[in-house]
Amino acid sequence: MSKDYSVGFWRKRPFRALHQLSLQIERGEVFGFLGPNGAGKTTTLKLLTGLIFPTEGTATILGHPVGEPETFLHMGYLPEQPYFYDYLTAEELLDYFARFFPLPPAERKRRRDTVLEQVGLAEFRHRPLRKFSKGMLQRVGIAQAVLHGPEIVLLDEPMSGLDPVGRREVRDLILQLKAEGKTVFFSTHILSDAEALCDRVAVLNRGRLVGVGRISELVEPRTGYEVVLECSSPEALPKLEALATKPLFASGGQCRLEIPEQRLPELLTLCQGGGLRLISLNPVRFSLEDYFVEVLRGADANRPPASTP
Amino acid sequence: MNSLSQTRAIVLNTFREAVRDRVLYNLIAFALILIASALLFGEISIGIQKTILINVGLSSISIFGLLISIFLGIGLVYKEMEKRSLYALLSKPIRRHQFIVGKFLGLNFTLLVNTAFMSAGLWAALYYLTRQFEPQDQFLWVAIYFILLSLSLVTALCLFFSCFATPVLSAIFTLLVYIIGNFSADIRTFGELTQNNLLKGLTTFLYYLLPNFSDFNIAAWVSHGKAVAPRLILLNTLYTLIYGGILVAASALIFSRKDLK
Repeated sequence: MSKDYSVGFWRKRPFRALHQLSLQIERGEVFGFLGPNGAGKTTTLKLLTGLIFPTEGTATILGHPVGEPETFLHMGYLPEQPYFYDYLTAEELLDYFARFFPLPPAERKRRRDTVLEQVGLAEFRHRPLRKFSKGMLQRVGIAQAVLHGPEIVLLDEPMSGLDPVGRREVRDLILQLKAEGKTVFFSTHILSDAEALCDRVAVLNRGRLVGVGRISELVEPRTGYEVVLECSSPEALPKLEALATKPLFASGGQCRLEIPEQRLPELLTLCQGGGLRLISLNPVRFSLEDYFVEVLRGADANRPPASTP
Repeated sequence: MNSLSQTRAIVLNTFREAVRDRVLYNLIAFALILIASALLFGEISIGIQKTILINVGLSSISIFGLLISIFLGIGLVYKEMEKRSLYALLSKPIRRHQFIVGKFLGLNFTLLVNTAFMSAGLWAALYYLTRQFEPQDQFLWVAIYFILLSLSLVTALCLFFSCFATPVLSAIFTLLVYIIGNFSADIRTFGELTQNNLLKGLTTFLYYLLPNFSDFNIAAWVSHGKAVAPRLILLNTLYTLIYGGILVAASALIFSRKDLK
């Protein structure tokens, strides 16, 4: 799918917010959608909920075209920074939303009470939403997304605005949904959350997909070491630099660098040559954050056009 | 899935939003005060107290109804888009046109209840003044019904404009159309008098394009105890149904294709 927006006041010109995104999400997986601000994450989620229409391409959810009422029977959506009718109480809002599903009144009430318990808002059920904090609104948003027991849950930045406890609760909720066999697709720029929760992630930058894969594939094969050395001969520094994955840090006769696993023998040979003394050698795992930074750097180096000609 | 019960949920929520807004009560209270003050106006105009009371009463209902319908109508769609409360709603199994129809009917229901309150005030004032109801007083109901029809058209106009314009612009557009629509007979007369064909064409076009609100205003007629022809009731009802229906359908069409950025 691609999406162009019109920008400019007098002379409208297209701005490409999403460029030929092609993705397949498997049933039952937790899929993380990563990218910096303005990468096109929210645009993608809005396309998948039919709130905006694609300039080209289509998407289907469980075989149904997006945006159709029958699709929403099996799908829940939490918008980014959700806002709800502030004149309603949490209970009234959920009751209102439940009326759009084919549920008998008793079942509607049961579902409403269950999700209020699930997101920890049962004791605030009669409080008007205008008196809710940002974190509480986020929880109401999650409650309305899972109210009807959907098979697929789309969450746009579900952890934003939450305190550490709230984030932990949302993480637990996502894991609970996964345990129930639901498919969860969520966007985030908090990488530790994605790392802890996702089976697969996709990285988006400037509207383009720049990487996608299983976290285990992206992260595991790339291990290395953090090395601290005492360096008495300055001519050894360029040799060390050639081994390092990141710019090395040298200060007060010591230097610190990261090297990939396969270059460890070369480093040890260098140390035997004199002028260098090994102080510590710690294994480091190549984190999702490193991967993220790497693909974004790579993408920026290629400089994809932000707008269509 | 019963789409009627879904639309009814939107209607009731729109009504609930209105009744939880304090501004609404202030407007109704003000209208009732104005109707009560009409009794005082009557004191200084011996012999035509009743005429003045009915004129002022119906005008109050009409003006405050207009204020309520514009005030609430311009925000019907725009506010939900701006605050993004729509996102969660439209990700439920409903179609966008149900949202538009539900919002329109919800505001009409609100106006019906408000007008009922204000009308009760007028009837009470009338009884206080005359201590009895006369047979021709029944046409007061027709005048109130016509006010409701015109408010329904105003709501449809607001809804239509708010699908693509900001609230302030929607309010200005609606008010302009309302004012011009109250003088549409004059526009046609002007067109008939002019020799300029272009101007004649333009006035005829405007006469048929803009809603004709002047036919809904029968306050002066009713206040003099004159009867209202059943034909006018039928024609005004049909006119509102057709004109309002086209506006709501156009709003639904625009809104169904809109990107909710």
